[in-house]
This record gives sequence, C-alpha cells and structure tokens, in this order.
Amino acid sequence: MIDSHLVATLTQQFFNALTLGAIYALVALGYTMVYGIIELINFAHGDVFMVGAFVALAFLSTIGFTRSISDPLQLILVLVGTFGVTMIVLGTIGVGIERFAYRPLRNAPRLAPLITAIGVSFILQNVVQAWQGPSPVPTPQLLSPQVRFGLFGADIAVLSIVILGITLALMIALQLFVGRTRLGRAMRSTAQDREAAQLMGVDINTTIAITFFLGSALAGAAGIVYGLYFGSIQFNLGFFSGLKAFTAAVLGGIGNTVGAALGGFIIGFIEVGAVQVGLSRWSEALVFAVLIIVLVFRPAGLLGQQLGERA
Amino acid sequence: MSAPARRRPGRDAIDRWTPAVRAFYEAHRSISIFVGTAVVGAILPIVVLIPPLSGFLPQTVWVDTFAGAGIFVLLALGLNVVVGLAGLLDLGYAAFFAIGAYAYALSASSFTNVHIPFWPMLLIGAFVAATFGVLLGAPTLRLRGDYLAIVTLGFGEIVPVVFTNSDELTNGTNGIAGVDRPTLPGIVFGSSDPWPFYIVILAIIALVLIFLYRLQNSRLGRAWMAIREDELAAASSGVNTVTTKLLAFALGASTAGFAGVFSAGRLVFVSPDQFGFTVSFTILAMLVLGGMGNMWGVALGAFTLFIVQSVFLKQLTNFVHPLGLPIISNIDFVQYQFLLYGIALVVMMLLRPEGFFPNVRRRRELHQAAPSEGSPEGIDAAGALQ
Repeated sequence: MIDSHLVATLTQQFFNALTLGAIYALVALGYTMVYGIIELINFAHGDVFMVGAFVALAFLSTIGFTRSISDPLQLILVLVGTFGVTMIVLGTIGVGIERFAYRPLRNAPRLAPLITAIGVSFILQNVVQAWQGPSPVPTPQLLSPQVRFGLFGADIAVLSIVILGITLALMIALQLFVGRTRLGRAMRSTAQDREAAQLMGVDINTTIAITFFLGSALAGAAGIVYGLYFGSIQFNLGFFSGLKAFTAAVLGGIGNTVGAALGGFIIGFIEVGAVQVGLSRWSEALVFAVLIIVLVFRPAGLLGQQLGERA
Repeated sequence: MSAPARRRPGRDAIDRWTPAVRAFYEAHRSISIFVGTAVVGAILPIVVLIPPLSGFLPQTVWVDTFAGAGIFVLLALGLNVVVGLAGLLDLGYAAFFAIGAYAYALSASSFTNVHIPFWPMLLIGAFVAATFGVLLGAPTLRLRGDYLAIVTLGFGEIVPVVFTNSDELTNGTNGIAGVDRPTLPGIVFGSSDPWPFYIVILAIIALVLIFLYRLQNSRLGRAWMAIREDELAAASSGVNTVTTKLLAFALGASTAGFAGVFSAGRLVFVSPDQFGFTVSFTILAMLVLGGMGNMWGVALGAFTLFIVQSVFLKQLTNFVHPLGLPIISNIDFVQYQFLLYGIALVVMMLLRPEGFFPNVRRRRELHQAAPSEGSPEGIDAAGALQ
C-alpha cells in the first residue's frame, strides 16, 4: 500500500527541484562556456544573473506589467519581449565586462583575471544596491503561482512547467548553436586550442566575445526565471546562487555544457531533498560535501573527460 | 653638468652604508628580519602622527588598525605558501582562520567555562588548523588547478555553516563572546590599549617571516616551486609530491591558525560571519596585488589593502568634503566603499597584472615562456566545449 500523501509530497518536491535545478543549470552554462574557452572562473557571472533579474524588473515596470496576466496571448508576448530585451542587454553587459576586465589580462598570470572578476562582482552588486536599494524588491509574477493543476494528488504550478519549457528550449538552442553553426564550431575550436584556431582563420576576440554574450544572456534569462518563480529579488542574490551554479558546472565536468545542465539539476534535487528531510540549514554544506565526494572519485566531474597526467 | 656635481652628501652616505647593510643581511638573515620588523613596527606609530595621516584617526586607533592589519599580513603569508609557492589554488583559506579562532574560543572563554591560557593555545590552535589542512589536502591531492579551487571553496563554505549550525557547541550565529584575553605578567591586555596586541602580532609576524624565509630557501621550498611549475617533472626528479603538497597545506593552515587564535584573543569574540567567503577572497587579492610568491611583496600587499579598505575608504568622506569640490562633496563615500574597492581591484590588476612586487623567478618564467604556454593547468583539451 503506497501512502498517497507521500506520493503527493514527492511529486510536488520533484517539480520544485526541477524548477530550481533549471535556474542553476542556466547559470552554470555561462560558467562552463567561459571556463571552457578562456579557463577563467568568472566570479562575476552570478552577479550578471542578479543584474538580469533587475533588468527584467525594470523593463516590466517600464512597459507597465506589474501583476499577473490572465490572457495567454498577451502573456506570451510579454514573456517573449522580456526575455528578448533582458537577454540582449545582459549579453551586451557580458561582452563589455570581457572587453574591459578580462581581455587586457588574457596573457597575464592566471590569477589576475580572477581578481578582476571578483572586483567586477563587487561593482555589479554595489551599482545595483545604489540603484534599487539594499532590501528585497518584489518582482511581478506574470503567471500567477496560484494557477495549478493536479498530478498524483499534488498541486503543480503551471509556472513550473512554463519555466522548465523555457529552460529546456534555451538549452537545446544553445546545444544546436554550439554543435551545428559555424560560430559554434569556432567556439569549440578556440576552446580546444586557441593558437591553432587562430591559424585556421578563427577570429579569437570575436569568438570569445560571442561566448560571453551567450553565457551572460543565459544568465539574464535565469534572472528573469528567478524573479518569476520566487517573486522577490535582492542585490546580493547572485553571490550564493552563482557559487552553487559554479559548483553545478564543476560537478558536471567543467567545460561540458550537458554536464553543466546535469549538475544544475542535481544540485536542485540535493537542495530540495535536504529541505524535505528537514536539513534545510545544512543544504549548502550538503551541496559542497556532495561536490567534494564526487570530485574525489571522479576528479574531472561527472561528464568531464578524464585526463591522465599532463604530458 | 657632470654627474658628480649633482651628488648630494646624503646619497653618498647611503652608497657607503648600503654594502655594509647588505653584508650584514647576507650574514645574519634571521636577525635582520627581526630587526627590520622591529624598525617598521617602531616607525609606523610615529608616521601616523604626521598630517595628513593624523587627520584620519587618532594614534591609538591607528595602532589598533595596525594590529588588525597584522592578522591579515599573517594570513597572506600563510596563503602565500599554499598558492604562491606550491601553486595550489585555495579559495577557502578563511576556514583555517575560523578553525584557529574557534579552537581558542572553545578552550578559553566564559561560554565553555574552560580557561586554557593564550600562549599554549597559540600553538595548539595552529596545530588543530594544520590537522584540518591535512584532512582537506589528503583527499584532494589528485585534483588539479581549478577543481582544487572549487573544493577548497566548498570547504571554506562548509566550515562556517558547521559553526553556525552546531548551536549547543558554538552558540550558532550569535557567536561566542567573552573569550579570554592573553595574559602576561606585568602587561595588561585591555580593551582600550592596543599596544600590547600590536607588539605581540609584530613578534608573531617576525617569527613567521623568519620561519617562512628559511623554509622557502630549503629543500622543501624548492620542491614546492618545482611542483608549482610542473608537477610531473618534479615527481620524476624525485620530489615526493604527496608529502610536499600536504606540508604546504599544513603549514599554510597553521599560519592561519595562529592568526585565528590571536584574532579571537584580540576581539574577545568569534562568530561565523567573520570568516565568510569575502575574507578568503580578500586574502587572495592581497596576495595577487602584492606579488604572489614574494613574501615581502605579499606582506606589504596585505598591509596596504587592509589599510585602504578599513581606513581610507571609510574616511574618504571626511577627507574629500572639506575640499569643497562641487558634486563630489554631496557623495557619501562610506556608502560606496565596496564599489570603490571593486573598482580599485580591477584598476590595480589592469595596471600591474603581476602584482606590485612580482616574485623574480616567476617574472622571469612568465616573460621568457612563449605566449602559447597560456594554458598551464592541463584541463585545456578536456575543457573544450562538447
């Protein structure tokens, strides 16, 4: 005899974990792409995600949509507009960060761009704090979380399904872009061997800029999703979410886009699982503990290519 | 005009004395380091009596700030062993600082009602931190480069979480208050008098400097640098990479343990939020700004960044407003201190990517290496987008 209440709770938490994991996965993709191409832990990326949430908020207040929309057509139009504008703005910000803070240091010691990344992270956080204040800001939940449907006795928010759909669509689009287009091929070749790619006629600067554009645009999309789902954002939310997303990227095998998505979902499940069994105060410690254990047994992450000693 | 005509007598004296000082330094390095630290320690409190520095803070507050800066000098020196010498990127170094501080707070405070004296605890705290350094180091020896970075980062996050959540033992977020001050016969370590703390931290720094200086030029120091440059080549040349790396972790952690015990005894209070991620980052920034691998540069970088962050950025408002410049006079700089800190980090890094005082050996390597050697950590091919 299966406890129907338990099934309902687990179904509920399953969708919570998927939605949370989707957000981490979107942010993790940006970390992993940037790391794959210039081997930089882009610590500012979490804050780019946070800026995305605020840009979406500013856009929505400008066009006057601050509450949930019931007309599906209008909802789709507003969502498409928000994603389009936010992703372009954030992509541009990402390219700007790369141009001014990372590109001049491309041949400097490895830790130099890491420190500028931390500097950029401070700058982004404080600019947003000066702009929107230090307290949490409510964000418009365009699709009310009260719109729900039943599944195995659980009430699943339609919002979760919409978020999952958008995330998966973006991931598939990214995968197609990297795998099937000329620019994607340029990105892969630059990641593999920058000099050789340059000799084959790949414009390295443009390729790296495009990588930053895509990564930051995805972080922007994750920011919108965060605002839609949680209904409240704060200037410092990027830091810890970014840390967990980076953990997701490493867990999956850094540089591997499928791995980043997988890692994001795994972390979503760990966090929700920790809450479910009453260990919510330990969820962060659990995430990192799982990371350490995975890396001890698979030092290059779950889907990372296992390399022997460097020749 | 000929060159000798422009020579000033002072310059002559310096020229005459430099070889003598240098010869003394070559012959008695440990004594020189001790004397040098004492001289710097004696000059600093005098310099702050001179305007414009005297306008920022009164002298006792300056001395107190210097004692705080000393803690970060120690931390930077310890992290320099791990990152600068052995090349193991540690992003969770504040964890060992926390372990040292909590080790002292738990064994010498009214909270636990145990009162072990400060001086033996200084060593015990360092030992406990070193043990955790080995515990973290041992399972992560196989990891390379940035994978190690993220694991240490995770460790740095877990430690404060453990201290926060073990309420019965550590009083959780509220932290442990009423930690014992150090005691010495005839000297009072009071709350209003920063001088004893200042002198103690100077003495600790001098000892650590001598120890690390000797270590860095020893067989072990050369082994660390060999591993930093090429682990495989080092192993092939007979360097035991396992013990060498573990020793780097242990020694780096023990220095942080010293700093932690001292910090707990000085502030008489520990809480988990003193040891967050920003602390680890700040220490790393000090290291990179000072010039990684060069212990003098690192010490100076730590001191400078601490003073910039805790004095100049906080006092900028009082300093700029009397100038009466339009627009700027209305800005409250304290509100933007982290923004300015971020900008300062970026600008300083862009101007001096190798730090202000780069390690001579590293600089030589960087400038002689072909630019194509830009992917040193061995994950390059695996890191390709798939």
